[in-house]
Amino acid sequence: MTAVIPSATASPSVAALRAQFGTAIEGAEVSCGDSIVYVTRERAHDILAWLKDTPGQQFNYLTDLTAVDYRDPERPLEVVYQLRSLSRKADLRVKIALRDESDLEVPTVWDLWKGADWLEREVYDMFGVRFTGHPDLRRILMWETYAEGYPLRKDFPLRGHFSRGEQTRQALAANPEAHYSLEELSIAEVFGELPADMQERLARGERGFLK
Amino acid sequence: MGLSDPGRVDAGATMSVASPNWITTRMDFLTNWARANSLWPMPFGTACCAIEYMATAASRFDIARFGMERQSFSPRQADVLICAGRLPFKLAPVIRRIWDQMPQPKWAISMGACASSGGIFDNYSMVQGIDTIIPVDVYVPGCPPRPEGLLYGILLLQKKIKGESVFDPTLRDEQLVGPDGLFLPPDRIDELSEPFGNSVSQTRSA
Repeated sequence: MTAVIPSATASPSVAALRAQFGTAIEGAEVSCGDSIVYVTRERAHDILAWLKDTPGQQFNYLTDLTAVDYRDPERPLEVVYQLRSLSRKADLRVKIALRDESDLEVPTVWDLWKGADWLEREVYDMFGVRFTGHPDLRRILMWETYAEGYPLRKDFPLRGHFSRGEQTRQALAANPEAHYSLEELSIAEVFGELPADMQERLARGERGFLK
Repeated sequence: MGLSDPGRVDAGATMSVASPNWITTRMDFLTNWARANSLWPMPFGTACCAIEYMATAASRFDIARFGMERQSFSPRQADVLICAGRLPFKLAPVIRRIWDQMPQPKWAISMGACASSGGIFDNYSMVQGIDTIIPVDVYVPGCPPRPEGLLYGILLLQKKIKGESVFDPTLRDEQLVGPDGLFLPPDRIDELSEPFGNSVSQTRSA
């Protein structure tokens, strides 16, 4: 049995993307056998939609959506989409390089892959990247009133900004029953504007065991 | 688990049988004997310590041998809160409320390094010892502790209970939170949460 040597050749999707989108493809590389495509933030949603829906691409599964903070003035942060085509058994990694730390906004892909909902919330919670068009962009791991910042940023101190006494005080002040539901006024106000399935989800209460 | 205590010679500590129909003993001895041998644990399992706790409760180690026959999954019918695992800040108000919901008399066991001190998780999201949130009676060291370790902690708690007095009302005082929502002053929490080990070389600023 021969060892599987990672292929150094790029995925055929890369050439197809270059032909289709031209300069919107900022670059491509192969790392450990995986093809990585850098795309511009402006065309990112078009490109991801094209990858999902075009015959021959069919990247119908969003394996993961995350971000990396490089602590590098040239490229402060990258948003990473790991795509998988279940029918073609092919993978592709798409990255958006965000060059300005004060402008961390990317379009949501929630309309393409519903699984992006919580993944984008997690990236927002941990890195502070705002996903425009996301229906429900709130913190997901830290509690909603968490005020110390975005913990996975490289400039975030490991123990947080506040003293332990202050952290304990703020944590105990949080209401453990404050689940996200219609009772939350801000959501109740925009309820009518939410998509139908979101309305259905909220109408159920989504309160877990407290239901 | 007999009623007589051969280690003590004073008559008050034992049951003296004067007739087949009635006995005399000390109130403290009888009450503590009953309490210590019928502890109902409220498991608060958050991590790998909970796996060891389950092993302790299962047939091989069997904490029912020590009177913990019934696992209480409602804090309202529990005597001992066993925090098995690390406690993130997001769960701090939850364990505080569970503790407040437990009726007196009640005790708490902090199981494992993380529950007792934050353990390896000296970071932004983890409570550095549950004794900054609730009062703790017994700390069980280990990462995670073996079931024997937890059993030893339970035996220590039973020993502690047998030394209490039902006539000391201060023992059963609820620890009320102050105006800032804490039952310890913030600087005391800072002191308890001091970094140790490798954490010492990490500064608070980035």
